[in-house]
Amino acid sequence: MSGYDFSFCSVDLRAEASGALWWEEAQLLTVSDLHLGKSERMARRGGALLPPYETRETLTRLSGEIARLDPRTVICLGDSFDDLSAQSALDDVDHAELAAMMAGRRWIWIEGNHDAGPIEIGGSHHDEIERGPLTFRHIARPGRVEGEISGHYHPKHVLNARGRTVSRPCFLIGDGRLILPAFGVYTGGLRSELKMLRQLTGPNSLAVLTGKTATPVPL
Amino acid sequence: MIRALPASFRSFFDKRGWSPHPHQLALLSRADAPATLLIAPTGGGKTLAGFLPSLVELSDSGHQGMHTLYVSPLKALAADIKRNLRTPVDELGLDIRIEDRTGDTPQSARQKQRADPPHILLTTPESLALLLSYEDAPRIFAGLRRVICDEIHALAESKRGDQLMLGLTRLASLAPGLRTIGLSATVDDPPALAHYLNPNDCEILTADPGPDPDISLLETETAPPWAGAGGKHAAGEVMQAIREAQTTLVFINTRAQAELFFQALWAENSDDLPIAIHHGSLSRDAREKVEAAMVAGKLRAIVCTGSLDLGIDWGNVDLVIQIGAPKNVKRLVQRIGRANHRYNAPSRALLVPANRFEIIECRAALEAVEAHDLDATLRGPGPLDVLCQHILLRACSGPFRADGLFAEVRSAGAYRTLSRTDFDRCLDFCATGGYALKAYDRYQRLLERDGLWQLRDPRTARNLRMNIGTIIDTETLSVRIKGRMGGALGEVEEAFAANLVPGDTFLIGGQTVRYEGLREMVIEVTKQPSRKPKIAVFAGYRMATSLELSQRFLDMLQSPERWKTLPQHTQDWLHLQAEMSALPPRNGLLCEQFPRGDQHHFSVFSFAGRNANQTLGLLLTRRMEEAGLEPLGFVSNDYAVSIWGLKPVVDPAPFLDPDEMRNGLETWLGENAVMKRTFRASAIIAGLIERNHPGKRKTGRQATFSSDILYDTMRKYDPDHILMQITRTEAERGLVDFDRIEEMLDRAQGSIRFIQVPHVTPFSAPLLLEVGRVPIKGVAEETLLRDEADRLMKEAGLTL
Repeated sequence: MSGYDFSFCSVDLRAEASGALWWEEAQLLTVSDLHLGKSERMARRGGALLPPYETRETLTRLSGEIARLDPRTVICLGDSFDDLSAQSALDDVDHAELAAMMAGRRWIWIEGNHDAGPIEIGGSHHDEIERGPLTFRHIARPGRVEGEISGHYHPKHVLNARGRTVSRPCFLIGDGRLILPAFGVYTGGLRSELKMLRQLTGPNSLAVLTGKTATPVPL
Repeated sequence: MIRALPASFRSFFDKRGWSPHPHQLALLSRADAPATLLIAPTGGGKTLAGFLPSLVELSDSGHQGMHTLYVSPLKALAADIKRNLRTPVDELGLDIRIEDRTGDTPQSARQKQRADPPHILLTTPESLALLLSYEDAPRIFAGLRRVICDEIHALAESKRGDQLMLGLTRLASLAPGLRTIGLSATVDDPPALAHYLNPNDCEILTADPGPDPDISLLETETAPPWAGAGGKHAAGEVMQAIREAQTTLVFINTRAQAELFFQALWAENSDDLPIAIHHGSLSRDAREKVEAAMVAGKLRAIVCTGSLDLGIDWGNVDLVIQIGAPKNVKRLVQRIGRANHRYNAPSRALLVPANRFEIIECRAALEAVEAHDLDATLRGPGPLDVLCQHILLRACSGPFRADGLFAEVRSAGAYRTLSRTDFDRCLDFCATGGYALKAYDRYQRLLERDGLWQLRDPRTARNLRMNIGTIIDTETLSVRIKGRMGGALGEVEEAFAANLVPGDTFLIGGQTVRYEGLREMVIEVTKQPSRKPKIAVFAGYRMATSLELSQRFLDMLQSPERWKTLPQHTQDWLHLQAEMSALPPRNGLLCEQFPRGDQHHFSVFSFAGRNANQTLGLLLTRRMEEAGLEPLGFVSNDYAVSIWGLKPVVDPAPFLDPDEMRNGLETWLGENAVMKRTFRASAIIAGLIERNHPGKRKTGRQATFSSDILYDTMRKYDPDHILMQITRTEAERGLVDFDRIEEMLDRAQGSIRFIQVPHVTPFSAPLLLEVGRVPIKGVAEETLLRDEADRLMKEAGLTL
């Protein structure tokens, strides 16, 4: 798995192929939109009974990144749980997995629109947080920003590679603004061409596609 | 009770100068049989035969409520029959309400039909499933006496038929004593179809098949090309045949070919004869216009695909032309039957082979038609995804007992051998999702209370009903002329649309259009009357040459005395192949190897059909890669697969070992796109994911995630889940066509003929000209992605 290194507001960052953001100097790992408990919530609401393995799979992927990078701080950039009840619905195995990951490091939950209330699983809770020149919040703030890192939109980019259509969750790196892909397994995506996202990230933005390797593509 | 035609009916026939066909009277005399299958050619008064017992019964009783339910695969047929029944009913002075009910029926009319059902209701399998899912289904169908299933041979080929048969078992419970009539065109195995319709007691009536068709191969001035499937070389001769006939149907196997051939035909159409095009990617509006023009007798020809295999009778069609080998004898016979729907006139048909191999295949097909030798349809047991949908819809209509439903389902022919274990797994899937991890105990979709299964939340019935049906469309986008109101031109597949860049031109509905852009999930185009469209692709399933036809093909190769019926150039080609290499044997397998440039070509003449050969190519190259032969790519058609690589094959036998092959299949299948596509279809049918409703496509915030993610997750965490099993079964049967590979491997056992020659052979040469080469090296998506990204970065003046 190779990431894409870039400089953002004078900070050296790496967009990991997994969809996580790594700030080496600060030993800080950021992931967004885990949407843990999504299938459970859908079932609760009378929707489809989707394979109930996405929470396990999302946590497994996250714990892989944590084992590899051993961050001092982890920021979950909002919509970590699909809703408030989803927290209490985590089973014991998932709880243990999460606790193991959180042990010995700073863990920051940023509020999202799906899980706006306090979270009862340790860590600290913020609506947004600043680290050096960077601001971490769930939803991008319209207008001019400098060093904002957000999630929420689940950006995705579609590329044509010699007749084969490849669609991947992606980072969007724009002027002073960085939008993370969703790290959760059962998360759809918005195509990055969508007007609103283009307006947010500005004319010279770059998409970094996730997958086996992080692949930068100009928009 | 033997029934005769009542006097009023007899005088109706007499007044028109008609006399009832023997099979019409026979069906009437068996009106009380629980199930009857009538096999009759098109134009044989089949439909009237089916309705005659109903009309007679309705004429002498004041039947209240629904008496007869008619189910056909096509909405158009339902509407057409409503019109056609009107004449006899009115002339006989019968007080009978006849209504159709399809997806197009307005909501108000549907409401009324539920409250006050007509005597005769004409519908489709999907609309019937919907009706049966209502809580008042028992009341709607309480007095039902008869069911007529039209075009049952066509329905039986797809899951729509399985759904219909499950619906019939339900109807039989709601209306005891229900009698069923199945109407079918000529089929290979009438008893199998009768068992499908009713496994307990189904009589078969066979009508006089009428005269044999007058069928021949079209001679063309230019010999067909070595490879290809377009039939363009014959456009002039086909145009001439159209001129000489009254009305012609020109069948061609794929939509893209239809578009291209239509264009080629217009280039030859110096008299500007009215010729139209009809295929499944055109908008309904466009198709209906063509059909209406045909009914009005305004057209001289239609270029069409399987979209017109079934349909209302057009009495004026006197010629059917099949471009390209028909691939399947039964389908050819049914297509030929579209000409001359008068009972006693022979149908006239022309076959137009599109390449050299197809000359032989067409000849073989023609002989099969003459010999009345139809290909067998191998029907597996009833699919479980359809059963899951049936269970969910059954729950929508009210509580049920598992034992009762199991017995009911097993009364359908296709589910006769369904095991209780499989049934219980389907029920568990519907109730809890059926996962190894029991996650949904609190949120079950179905609950069992006092032995009765029911919906946990009755409001879910609405969503389940929205998801009815077994036809899974590929994701498509509609195409419209930019800046103009009005209907769409047609649809293209999403994958194709994603490849378009502004300025690209493509063919749709016989016109060349220029891609301007995508707006709100609609492709906007402008008309571009240029002659050369850059792209013209509608990807899609292409039918493979049937087993029977392939065997006839091989027989013909092995009988040089029969070559006389072939054109001279084809005879020369066969002699040359026999001389330079060998002709593929009927039992055994011919493999060839020859060097070309710095590569070695290895051809396997499997005659297993294009889907199996595609699979074979993927499996063989995989095994050759493991063996270090460095394969570079392969190409396949219906007859063979040819692989090129850097090192020669020394002994083909180990690569063709059946056990090894099957092992390879299991591994390869797991991550294959075919599996993911199959999974998606079954997941939609079984109700795991909801289908995308056209026009209600989720946009913006509500973006969906792809079913591929579900597949990957299941494969990792729950590989034995029932849906994964369904997917494997379906994939092996369908696109992968592994049965055909196994048949070929059996044939090959111990008698592989391996011929090594210094240069390309007459049979391998056309293969090298086939389009659709599959590269092996660099197939990895990541590599492609990286290349494309690099190119874009460079173009944008960026460096990594």
